[in-house]
Amino acid sequence: MTYERTIGDTILAVDQISLSFGGVKALSDISFSVREHEVFAIIGPNGAGKSSMLNCINGFYHPQEGTITFKGKTRRQVRPSEAARDGIARTFQNIALFSGMSTLDNIMTGRNTKMNKGLFWQAIRVGPAEKEEMAHRAVVEKVIDFLEIEAIRKTAVGTLPYGLQKRVELGRALAAEPDLLLLDEPMAGMNLEEKQDMCRFILDVNDEFGTTIVLIEHDMGVVMDISDRVVVLDYGKKLAEGTPDEVRTNQDVIDAYLGVSHGEDE
Amino acid sequence: MLFFLETVISGLMAGVMYSLVALGFVLIFKASGIFNFAQGVFALFAGLALYDFIAEDGWFYDLFGFALPVWLGIIATMGVMVIVAWLVERLVLRHLVNQEPIILFMSTIGLAYFLEGVGDILFGSDVKPLDIGLPQGASDYLLDNYNLYVEKLEVVAAVVAAVLVIVLAIFFQKTRIGRALRAVADDHQAALSVGISLRTIWVIVWSVSGFVALVAGIMWGSKSGIQFSLSLIALKALPVLILGGFTSVPGAIIGGLIIGVGEKVAEVYAGPFVGGAIENWFAYMLALVFLLIRPQGLFGEKIIERV
Amino acid sequence: MFYREAGQFKTSYKADQAIFTITQDKFFVGAFLIIAFGVVPFFIDDYWANAILIHVLVYALAGLGLNILTGYCGQVSLGTGGFMAVGAYASYKLTTSFPELNFIIVLLLSGGVTACVGMFFGLPSLRIKGFYLAVATLAAQFFLVWLFNKVGWFFNYSPTGMIVSPPREVFGFLITGPEASPAVRYLFCLSVVTVFALAAKNIVRGRIGRSWMAIRDMDIAAELIGIRPLEAKLSAFAVSSFYVGVAGALYFNVWLGTAEPTEAFDIFQSFFVLFIVIIGGLGSILGSFLGAAFMVLVPITLKTIMVDGMGFAVGAAKHVEVMLLGSLIIFFLIVEPHGLARLWQILKEKLRRWPFPY
Repeated sequence: MTYERTIGDTILAVDQISLSFGGVKALSDISFSVREHEVFAIIGPNGAGKSSMLNCINGFYHPQEGTITFKGKTRRQVRPSEAARDGIARTFQNIALFSGMSTLDNIMTGRNTKMNKGLFWQAIRVGPAEKEEMAHRAVVEKVIDFLEIEAIRKTAVGTLPYGLQKRVELGRALAAEPDLLLLDEPMAGMNLEEKQDMCRFILDVNDEFGTTIVLIEHDMGVVMDISDRVVVLDYGKKLAEGTPDEVRTNQDVIDAYLGVSHGEDE
Repeated sequence: MLFFLETVISGLMAGVMYSLVALGFVLIFKASGIFNFAQGVFALFAGLALYDFIAEDGWFYDLFGFALPVWLGIIATMGVMVIVAWLVERLVLRHLVNQEPIILFMSTIGLAYFLEGVGDILFGSDVKPLDIGLPQGASDYLLDNYNLYVEKLEVVAAVVAAVLVIVLAIFFQKTRIGRALRAVADDHQAALSVGISLRTIWVIVWSVSGFVALVAGIMWGSKSGIQFSLSLIALKALPVLILGGFTSVPGAIIGGLIIGVGEKVAEVYAGPFVGGAIENWFAYMLALVFLLIRPQGLFGEKIIERV
Repeated sequence: MFYREAGQFKTSYKADQAIFTITQDKFFVGAFLIIAFGVVPFFIDDYWANAILIHVLVYALAGLGLNILTGYCGQVSLGTGGFMAVGAYASYKLTTSFPELNFIIVLLLSGGVTACVGMFFGLPSLRIKGFYLAVATLAAQFFLVWLFNKVGWFFNYSPTGMIVSPPREVFGFLITGPEASPAVRYLFCLSVVTVFALAAKNIVRGRIGRSWMAIRDMDIAAELIGIRPLEAKLSAFAVSSFYVGVAGALYFNVWLGTAEPTEAFDIFQSFFVLFIVIIGGLGSILGSFLGAAFMVLVPITLKTIMVDGMGFAVGAAKHVEVMLLGSLIIFFLIVEPHGLARLWQILKEKLRRWPFPY
């Protein structure tokens, strides 16, 4: 594995984001930036606002204050579907697969935004629509191949074990060929082996496709190993930002977070 | 002005009836998440059963040579409704645990068909005037003093509905069973895990809503006889539920009143301009417009979506 | 044992994504179509055409329409009867205003009109979900029926309020009106339904179908991967209503011949079609046909047995029929909530392993 990545310019800049539900402040005044080809981790205790942060980035929540700049486009309110079309894909903390569909169909939905044959051609199918479908099927098969899930291609995802579902979900996100991949606790509830597999996939995606990755993860070992930079949130506020080593030695972080949970992790 | 007031009052009274049916819906929906389409047929069934216990040409009279007094008839009918509730749990619900809401909904339509068929076979399908001695005719007091025409029966219905709601509220808030009911409504699994018997609760809830159906059946029956159209009242209760929210008891009452009044006022004042008979769809349109503004109903809670 | 795919390899994605991938299936479906198109028309009489075959076909088409909306896109609708009325009245107005217009064009245009109406009543689906939406569609049901009943323009001011389908020809064959032969009417319905079923299958296994299913299974996730809810939901409403509208036009023109809105398109039509979809199987094209056959044939069978076989009075038999239908519906929901289509799948699976248990 070659490990020569060129970290590029800022692809995503989060600027003074504040988000509240009713009177509850979920995020206050958060700023950070993510550079191209980077693996960027957001960590923090439960309820720190990590998932809310991701939800803001891809437009599911609309922050009351602050702006988000993605690929040079600054926006405050964006519809999730438009964010996805701009090149932001994500996976979810609680698996959000389309349980009634097969693995193949689930991953194919990831390609939906790239397909454009209309209803009429779809109804006839023979001809342009079929050609388009086959071309995208070929791309999806590459993703399936990459994630080593060939055997479950035609299985309904509802019946798959947890670890595989997570993998299919990653596949669906990858099929969209995103510029920015948001992973919400990709390794939660996995055993060691599955975690290692997932780490490998994440690094490979980053490496081979050059995809920028923002991830939330509770497993400190994983975070410190695979991420280039880390931001720490606590109670909706930013505690620290920097390389894993910098964050590890930051006194605030140790007090708020690592100091408490370190004993459990090791 | 007086005419308007009469329109509003008669709308309110019709609204009370809608509320009564909607109340049965809400109870079942809260406790089991089932949208019970058969609620209207329940009212029909209860009315028919009551009629046959107390009337001179009913089944009971044919069998034993005498009819039951009204109070005993009501108790006996209540017994019938409990048996129906038990059978529903035993034969239908128990086998459909954890199914999707649409499946459960369709099963209650099947149940409605079934009960309708059974009701027709057992009790016959002609209109039956139910007379349990509730006051009839216009209220002389209001007519003399305020020149208002209000049916006595409608006043009684309003009072009964109010009492019913208070009793139910106390039942839900203060008793042990009520607490269990609310627990089940919140989360089936959690309720099971603290030792609440889901099956018992379901029988109780369906019995209670059978009781509400009985009251509704008595009121409608006294007013316009027990007939098949009673089962269609279930459809009228739907917009009421939308306005009030599927899970709110006060919502059912207030929603019913709003629909009742809105419908009457619209029919009387706007109906003639568009050819009349707008009562059939006005309630739905009202509910629809309302939904667009407030999707969770009057008393529903705003849902924050998470992923 | 006889039904096995062993030795049948697929060498292209195209072959892998065909509708029938197994040779035995292709053979079976081919034989079925040959019988339906080539043999049945020679033996059909008025009773079979009207009571059973056209009846089933029309409702299968309506079921297909509702299945697209409810089974594939997850939006429950109780307005099917109203939308069928739109199709019927649109075809009536079109064919009486432009008698020269080819009836197939009339059918398609009626579907188009219904699609527009359906999209309009589908707009609330962007804000409301589940049963709230179901009740909202009831507004369409009651409003549309009321409209066709009250506004004279729709029934050409006929004094009875009824609409009567005028005789129309397709390719020189009379397909509507009392003079039309049962075989021609049957073949016409069969052709329409076959073409539309194929188109539906194509749509649901392509991009648009996947976006519907994504919305159905998890609307939030669908939106987050770039599916526009507005586009997906409204297209489902449009396509579904198109199908239901065409079914309504066939129902009125080819099957009934005359119609009157409060009877022919009432709320029980909506329930009937919903039952077809649920009993047949949500999210299954085949299921729509199985469901329609079930819902049409069971009452007829029950009635025949009770009235002709056991000598029941017609009135009493009706009550027993309603009761039995109700319990059968519950029974089927309990036995297989995923419908007859799933039972069929299980049967095929059993057949594959036969004579071994697994």
